[in-house]
Amino acid sequence: MKPLTILVVILIFIGILGVFGFSPVYIVDETEQVVITKFGKPIGDAIQTPGLKFKIPYYTATVFPKNLLEWDGDPDQYPTLDKTFIWVDTFARWKIVNPLKYFETLNNERAAQSRLDSILNSSIRDAITSHSLIETVRNTDRQLEVDIFDSGMDGTKQEAALDKVVTGRAKIARKILEQAQPKLEDFGIQLVDVKIKRLNYSDEVQRSVFDRMIAERNQIAEKFRSEGQGEARKIEGDREKEMKRITSEAYKTAEEIKGRADAEATLIYSEAFGKDPEFYSFTKTLDIYKQSMGKDSSLVLSTDSEFMKYFKSYKK
Amino acid sequence: MAWDWEKLQQQKNARQGGSPPQVDDVIEKFKNMKGRFPGAWIIITLLVIVSIAYSMIYKINPEELGVIQRFGKHVRTTDPGPHVKWPFGIETLTKVPVQTEQAEEFGFRTIQPGVRSKFSSDSAYLEESLMLTGDLNVAIVQWVVQYNIKDPEDYLFKVRKKKSTLRDLSESTMRLVVGDRSITEVINKRSEIADQAKLRLQKELDEAETGINVTTIAMQKTTVPERVQPSWNEVNQSQQEKEKMIYEAQKQYNTVIPQAKGRAEQTIKEAEGYALDRVNRAKGDAARFDSLYQEYTKAKDVTKRRLYLETLKDVFPKLGKKYIVDSDQKNLLPLLNLGNQSSATGGN
Repeated sequence: MKPLTILVVILIFIGILGVFGFSPVYIVDETEQVVITKFGKPIGDAIQTPGLKFKIPYYTATVFPKNLLEWDGDPDQYPTLDKTFIWVDTFARWKIVNPLKYFETLNNERAAQSRLDSILNSSIRDAITSHSLIETVRNTDRQLEVDIFDSGMDGTKQEAALDKVVTGRAKIARKILEQAQPKLEDFGIQLVDVKIKRLNYSDEVQRSVFDRMIAERNQIAEKFRSEGQGEARKIEGDREKEMKRITSEAYKTAEEIKGRADAEATLIYSEAFGKDPEFYSFTKTLDIYKQSMGKDSSLVLSTDSEFMKYFKSYKK
Repeated sequence: MAWDWEKLQQQKNARQGGSPPQVDDVIEKFKNMKGRFPGAWIIITLLVIVSIAYSMIYKINPEELGVIQRFGKHVRTTDPGPHVKWPFGIETLTKVPVQTEQAEEFGFRTIQPGVRSKFSSDSAYLEESLMLTGDLNVAIVQWVVQYNIKDPEDYLFKVRKKKSTLRDLSESTMRLVVGDRSITEVINKRSEIADQAKLRLQKELDEAETGINVTTIAMQKTTVPERVQPSWNEVNQSQQEKEKMIYEAQKQYNTVIPQAKGRAEQTIKEAEGYALDRVNRAKGDAARFDSLYQEYTKAKDVTKRRLYLETLKDVFPKLGKKYIVDSDQKNLLPLLNLGNQSSATGGN
């Protein structure tokens, strides 16, 4: 055979061997790490650097991911320390840091995930049940800003209702991590972090929370309404007061003016009539006669009256 | 048997001369073809060159970067433009769209983007948007994380599931920020929350070496759950009612008071009128009396008589019944029965 033919044959042979995993060369990607095994037994250290690598053909290269892996917990219901049931949905990120241990203890990712499930779920349960609800919701002791009307009757009520935050969500997550990490070291796994993704009230609690929110709002609405009524009443009162003030002041002024006029008139009269009160009586009486006597008046006159004296006798 | 044996032998021969000789045959055939068609070798050579070139030359678009791995190992990252690499899987290329702005939506999905974007119903993604606030209320928060890839190597190599990592971190970060705020703050201070969340999320993404850069966190709807919504609306409504009640009262005030002021003015003016009237009349009366008195003093008796008689002259004719009784008549009683029958007795 010609040399060209031999080369082609060798290449094809290597190709076939490669298909069945007996290749002496293998490629490690940036995202991968490899454990070399001989009949299922690990040989040497794990290969954690990328590139083209060589091995004895019948050795097996088992590939594991080197990058950050995910763990997504199933949402589960736990009671908090203050006996409120909440749904907690967590996730974690982990890495295979010791591929040999990982290979020996777990071998595949399905096994790793289920191990993570059992270890993390119990850590999460411990963490949630040993903290109050507020610790799991809040992260810091940050002063919340609430609307003036949110605080109800007195401004301090709202603050008093909420307990102080000592731990906070981020620290609870760290506690979960710290509790779980030692248990995972034997499996060659490093837990990078654990986080609470979602946290919700259980249906029953949620219903009562909604009821509370509604009641709170209704109370605020009621407050607005009665405030409105109060303001309106105040304005009405002002109006009434202003009315009385205006009317009475006008009355006062008017009476003063009238009084002054009456006084002045009296003075004028007395000055004028005071010269001869008798004559005034006389003229005034005559005036009254003129004004008051008419057709309807009947008059009985005695003949000794001044007017009739001549009627009886012209002599005196 | 003999027949079988013969056949096996034939097959063996065929296999022996099989694949390797077949290659020889092919080469042989090509050689023959060379004889027959001189252009064949040139065409084959060209084909080989083209396929090698195709595998070697690549182009990176302006919005991308090209990450080159030689046998899986990252060797270089190339900028936009044409480049050369080793062919046939020796060097592999992954294009990473670093300039492209990408977005993840939380609590809703844009079904059909456009001027009037269509959004999916909120209830379908309620799980993503429902969260607890610091005052232990429940809020609905929808948001969008816009990001691009700032580090293509980290993006490709450091994290297995980039998108789910981004989503999980976004959700946990947003809840952490919202968990430290009251429901009122969640509804009113959206931009502050967005800023906080962006800062924290970027830190988380950097710690996880995702190579992702958050450009913006845009808050969408922040509200209260549907069941609570009416009571929140009621608060707004009651606020309006409050204002309305105050305005009504003010309106009443503003209509009544000016009227009252007018009436007060009227009363005062009337009093002033009365005063003028009273004084003027007094002055008039006084003046009249005065003049009369002047004359009277000159001839007191005569004037008095005159005045008396003049009055009687005026008054007397106007009077109805007149009875003149003699001064000697003592018993006036019959006459006291006055009235309608007086005419009958009048003559008496």
